[in-house]
Parts: sequence; C-alpha cells; structure tokens
Amino acid sequence: MVEVTDVVCSLCGCVCDDITVEVEDNKVTKVKKGACSVGKSKIMGHNRIKSPAIRVNGELKDCSYDEAIKKAAEILAASRRPLLYGWSSTVCEADKVGVELAEELGAVIDNTASVCHGPSVLAIQDVGLPSCTLGEVKNRADLIIYWGANPAEAHANHMKRYSYVSKGFWTEEGKKAKKLVIVDVRATKTSKMADVFLQLEQGKDYLVFSALRAILYGHEEVVPDEVGGVSKKDLLETAEMMKGAKFGATFFGMGVTHTGARQNNIVNAIQMTRAAHTHTKFTITPMRGHYNVAGINQVCTWETGFPFAVDLTRGYAWYNPGELSATDLLIRQECDAALIIASDPGAHFPGESIKHLAKIPVIQIDPFPNPTTEFADVVFPVAVSGVEAEGNVYRMDNIPIRLRKLIDSEYPEDEEILKRILDEVRAIKEKEDK
Amino acid sequence: MGTKVNLISGRTTVQGRNLDSKMSEEYFEEVARCDLNKVDMEKLGVAADESVKVRTSYGEVIVKAKEAAGTPEGIAFIPMGPWANALVSGDTHGAGMPVYKGIDAEIEKTGDKVLHVKELMQTYM
Repeated sequence: MVEVTDVVCSLCGCVCDDITVEVEDNKVTKVKKGACSVGKSKIMGHNRIKSPAIRVNGELKDCSYDEAIKKAAEILAASRRPLLYGWSSTVCEADKVGVELAEELGAVIDNTASVCHGPSVLAIQDVGLPSCTLGEVKNRADLIIYWGANPAEAHANHMKRYSYVSKGFWTEEGKKAKKLVIVDVRATKTSKMADVFLQLEQGKDYLVFSALRAILYGHEEVVPDEVGGVSKKDLLETAEMMKGAKFGATFFGMGVTHTGARQNNIVNAIQMTRAAHTHTKFTITPMRGHYNVAGINQVCTWETGFPFAVDLTRGYAWYNPGELSATDLLIRQECDAALIIASDPGAHFPGESIKHLAKIPVIQIDPFPNPTTEFADVVFPVAVSGVEAEGNVYRMDNIPIRLRKLIDSEYPEDEEILKRILDEVRAIKEKEDK
Repeated sequence: MGTKVNLISGRTTVQGRNLDSKMSEEYFEEVARCDLNKVDMEKLGVAADESVKVRTSYGEVIVKAKEAAGTPEGIAFIPMGPWANALVSGDTHGAGMPVYKGIDAEIEKTGDKVLHVKELMQTYM
C-alpha cells in the first residue's frame, strides 16, 4: 500500500489539492482525508464504458480503437457544420488539441460555460470583474456572501478551504470573526449556516442587487419597504454589514445565471460590488462548476480570442454566443454532426435541443456511460483525468493547478484520442485534395 | 387542470456524487423527483414518493413528489438532470443560455410511472 498526499480533485471548480489517498495493486482503495463526499466518489470511481463502440442498427457494437477513430474521422470530415462540445471535465492539453481539430474541420467549438456561467462571461466582457484568488479570500475576507449558490451541496469544501469556515493569515479565528450572508430562493443546507438569509422571490435578483447598490451609494430613500420579497430592514442590515467589512467577498452561482435576466443579473452584481468599493474592499467571483470549465475558457481564449461559442468555419474566429452556443445551434437544427467530450448534454441540455442531437451522428469521448451514450454513434472510453491521467486545469479563480496521476489506466487519454482523430481527418482531407 | 407552479432546478449532494454515475439507481432516485412545499403537496393531494406529472410548454415528465420545508409555496424544485431539463426551452433569447429556472409549469397527481433514464432518452429518438 502506498499513501499519496497532495492529490488534486477533478470534480468541481474548487480543485481541492490537499487530498490523501491510499493506492494498492494499481487501485485507489481509500480516500483518507481532504475530499468532500462528491470528490471522494469521483476518486473512488464508477462503472466505466468498457470498450470503444460503433452503433450498428440501433445497437452499440464493441470495436477496436482503430475502427472507432476511422469512423469518427469519417463522420467529422463529411460534416458541413460540425459541433465540438464539452471540454470542461478534461485537461487543458486535450482542450488545445480540440481547438486545433475545430480549426481543421471548420467547426463550431463550444463548452459547458454556455449552460452554466456563459452569462457571467458576457457580463465580465461588458463591465470587468473585481475579483481575487481564493487564497486572498481565505486570508483576508471577514464577510462572505453566497448569492444563488448552495455550496454546502454543490461545492462542499468551498467554505472550509477558502471562505467562511477557513482560517487564514488575517482570519485566524475562522468563522467566529466572519459573517455569512446567503441570498437564495430556497432555504438550503447553506442558508442554515447564515448570519443573514435573504430569501428572495424567484427571478427578482436584479431588483435586490439594484436596491443594495442604491443603499451603498447613499440613496436608501429610493428603496421601497420591500424589494423582491426582501424587507428594506434586511437590505439595510446587509448593506451595513457590507460597509463595515474589512474585506467582503461575493460568490454567485447558477441561481443568478439561469434565470430570465441572465447576464444582466451579473452586470448588476458586479456593479453592486463597485458600489461597495466606495466603503471598503470587496470582490466577486463566479462559482464555476466543472473542475476545468475555467480552463477551457482560458485555452479557447488564448487559441481563438474568445472563451466559448466560437465559429471557425470562416477561416477566422467568429464569436456570437446567442447564435453559436451548442443549444442555439441544436435548436435551429443547424449542426449535422457533433463530437461530445467530457460533458453530458443528454442530461444537461434542454429536451428541445437533445431532440436534434439524437438525430445526428454523435461521437462521444468519456470514461463513463451517461444519457449521451444512449444516442452516441461512436463511443471512446478514456482514462479519468486526475486519477489515471495528469494535466493542467484552472480552478474557479483561474489559478492553474496540475492534476496528478494516481494509477495506470487500461484506457488512452483524451488528448491521444483527439490527436488520432485529428491525424485521420487530415489524412482524409489530403486524399480528397488529390 | 393542474396546479400552477414556478419550476426551478439545481444541484444536490447526491446528484453531484452521481455525476459520473448517471445510469445508477441512486441518481434516478435523487434526480427524478420534485420538491414541493407542504401546502402545495396538500393542494395536489399527494403524499411523499407518489407520482406527479409536471408539464411546461416544452415538455412533460413524471417524477416523485417530495415534501421539502425549504421550498417556498408555489415553487417546484427538480434536481438538475434529464427530468428537469425535459421541461426546459432550447430558446436562449440571444444569450446562449437557456432559461433553466423560473419556468411556468403545471403539476398534477398521476398514477403513471416515472420513466427510467434509458426510457426517457428513448423519447428523444
């Protein structure tokens, strides 16, 4: 038995890097400490896709990797409008090859940001983001606000490692010397811990951000007795807490990105943070979901100039999320083939979009069977990044961290499969050119 | 006619634990369910684990009802996953992002069975 320390978790955007596991006979036998129950479940492993496969007469039939590579390359090379989607639960090295493949094919490349923090990206492009690293929050923040987020369930180590419960250089007393504000529609496990819980009416976030902005700028007289289900008294109390903090940090989740106002909510949240700057230090950070969704945004930006929803059919990069996000492309029934990697649109896309995805040829690259596998036409099982493969990922605060390999895998890595598909596509194109 | 509710979705711990195990029974039990306030449960005449049909302009699914004190009256919460998303529009209104939360829905008691994930995906083929 070998004990491995400083293991990095490849589940959520927290990318915890202080996990200890036990490895014996090329198997992870125990997660000793550091991981939350969600991360532990990922490290210990699940049922896998056993073999590459190609769908024949409605059934997936096992085949060799060579056969699956050939079939995938044929589908993509013959496609007039391919969509390459996912990229958030794999490493940046694979993402880089993905962008190269998109360029070679003249494809649209999009990632899971378009169904989680895409609106945050749009807002940040609009008004910037006064943010900081999670280390700064840990060491300095004495007021934490979670807005439309439920970290106790979705990012279970976030409070312990980085925010409310953590102890840092100037926050050595931990939560005793900190305040926690939760803003949410539902009472949750997180809201139970709050000093102040603002339970707002669903979809009224924009109004509540505006009310707090007005109070922080000294215009409380324009705020009515109740805003979005929150009393003026509670709003005034929250604003006083914000003004009185030495260092405030707001984290926001899909409770604000998924509602009707979308990016306008986030613009207003950022403007509220600016209003707090007239009194004290304040930052704001999106609670990114997948462990490397921030990383594909980085890779896609440094390769194409844009973070998601990028069209490479014109020979140059064209960015227009409302036209080119995977969901938009699917609802218009525009793409005629798709490569899905490290994500599961079968589970996480609107039913209306899945209908088209189920009709077109779909290539899936994933360690695990999921709803997308149910309609995939070519399936590649791969190694699990962070357990069986190493590589670079970006934490939710855009800090790069290298995932470690704990055990050997019988499956190839994402990057290898993508490179082989790319080579095969190039070979087909060369033959066609002749 | 069913009861009108405002439909939202979101993550849960068990849903997260099964992100890479979505074909499992544990995922099915966790995600093919709808949290409702006690008042709404009584209005619908459903007890815990009885089936309800949730319908929007974009689709309908059968899920199991569960009473959740934290969910306000008039709100239906289905953990994110294939059942919640069967009820979502693909229209992003030029934002790239569908509206996953705040969807007008109708909900009613039903004797119909909850579709398993494979059966649900079959409805798209």
